[in-house]
Amino acid sequence: MPVSVDSSRIVYDALKACGVELVSALPETWLVHLIRMADDDPEMILVRLAKEEEGVGLSAGAHFAGKRSAMLMQNHGFLASINGIVSGAQLFRIPLLMLVSDRGTFGEPDPWQTEGGLVTEHVLHALRIPFERLDTREQVAPRVAKAMTLAHASNRPAALLLGRDLMWEEGA
Amino acid sequence: MRRLEALQAIYPELERRVVVTIMGAVAAELQSLGHRPGFFYLQHAMGIASSIGLGIALCRPELEVVVLDGDGSVLMNMGGLTTMGRYRPPNLTHVVFDNESLLSVGGFPTATSAGSDLAAVAAASGIPATERVSDVDAFADAFNRALASDRLTTIVAKVDAHYEAPARTKGFVTDLGLLENRFQFARHLRSLVEER
Ligand SMILES: Cc1ncc(C[n+]2csc(CCOP(=O)(O)OP(=O)(O)O)c2C)c(N)n1
Ligand SMILES: [Mg+2]
Repeated sequence: MPVSVDSSRIVYDALKACGVELVSALPETWLVHLIRMADDDPEMILVRLAKEEEGVGLSAGAHFAGKRSAMLMQNHGFLASINGIVSGAQLFRIPLLMLVSDRGTFGEPDPWQTEGGLVTEHVLHALRIPFERLDTREQVAPRVAKAMTLAHASNRPAALLLGRDLMWEEGA
Repeated sequence: MRRLEALQAIYPELERRVVVTIMGAVAAELQSLGHRPGFFYLQHAMGIASSIGLGIALCRPELEVVVLDGDGSVLMNMGGLTTMGRYRPPNLTHVVFDNESLLSVGGFPTATSAGSDLAAVAAASGIPATERVSDVDAFADAFNRALASDRLTTIVAKVDAHYEAPARTKGFVTDLGLLENRFQFARHLRSLVEER
């Protein structure tokens, strides 16, 4: 499976570097290595969810408990979490770092992913959630750190879209 | 049983713990007994109060966390029961006030009025201890057992579909602002951590 282990490691290390101690996740192909890294890390609390919206609650709880957290999901999981984001994280001003694998963009071979790719950035805009894309390895550490800083300064969500060029190694 | 009575019976225990409630009627009823800085009322975000309690309990094993949930809220996040059953923090007690009703929004009956059994769902979800109670004494006993045990417990308390409007509360809006509550709660939890 040509999901990039090296890029996943860089993303994971960036989360660790900005103090993430709890990760909630619902798997999709691009996230498998990241989730395994969290699972293998004895210092990380990994919470595998039944539905992504639960992750907003987990992150709010972690924040109240004084720990930094991140949500790992694909864009359809982000779409499935929206009420929790609006009524939980935004209404109650919870810093919420969301890492969203951005399926359905140029190069997407899976027909079922293509609608989500069309709407993800628009929905982020509509929710006034600041976001940046992670398309190269160089972007990862600084953007993850800055997203975390903004989430905590604003007490609101901030999102990073994990792009195909970062997460997928064509022909590997 | 009346929910306010049930809350009164466990209030001395609640006062000393970290409590997360769902929105609306139960939040107003608990506040009518006396707000404490360790009480957080998750207004509006239906379903995820239990997920917040789970997050706190997993991150701070030394804190005793109580979630006051509702039948409608559990039905909206039933998968959350399986997540709780999977990680089963021993320091979490999950109370579901089952009034078979969406009481806070007009009292329309939920599926529990037609036989859906949330204690059975919780048990089948892997929650290690579950109880179903319908009078105040049994509820208080079950609650105290849950606190004393080191197993995650879900207590489904059958209560009347009746809201006991506390004086000074208009609708379910109290004079405690949502964000005032949220920041006070976070600060309180930080102080508990620092004391250790
Ligand atoms: C997503 C969503 N849908 C609908 C509502 C409206 N609403 C507010 S409280 C409530 C009922 C909650 O029922 P339950 O958990 O059983 O608590 P009760 O009011 O019976 O105490 C509903 C449907 C909401 N807040 N969020
Ligand atoms: Mg109800």
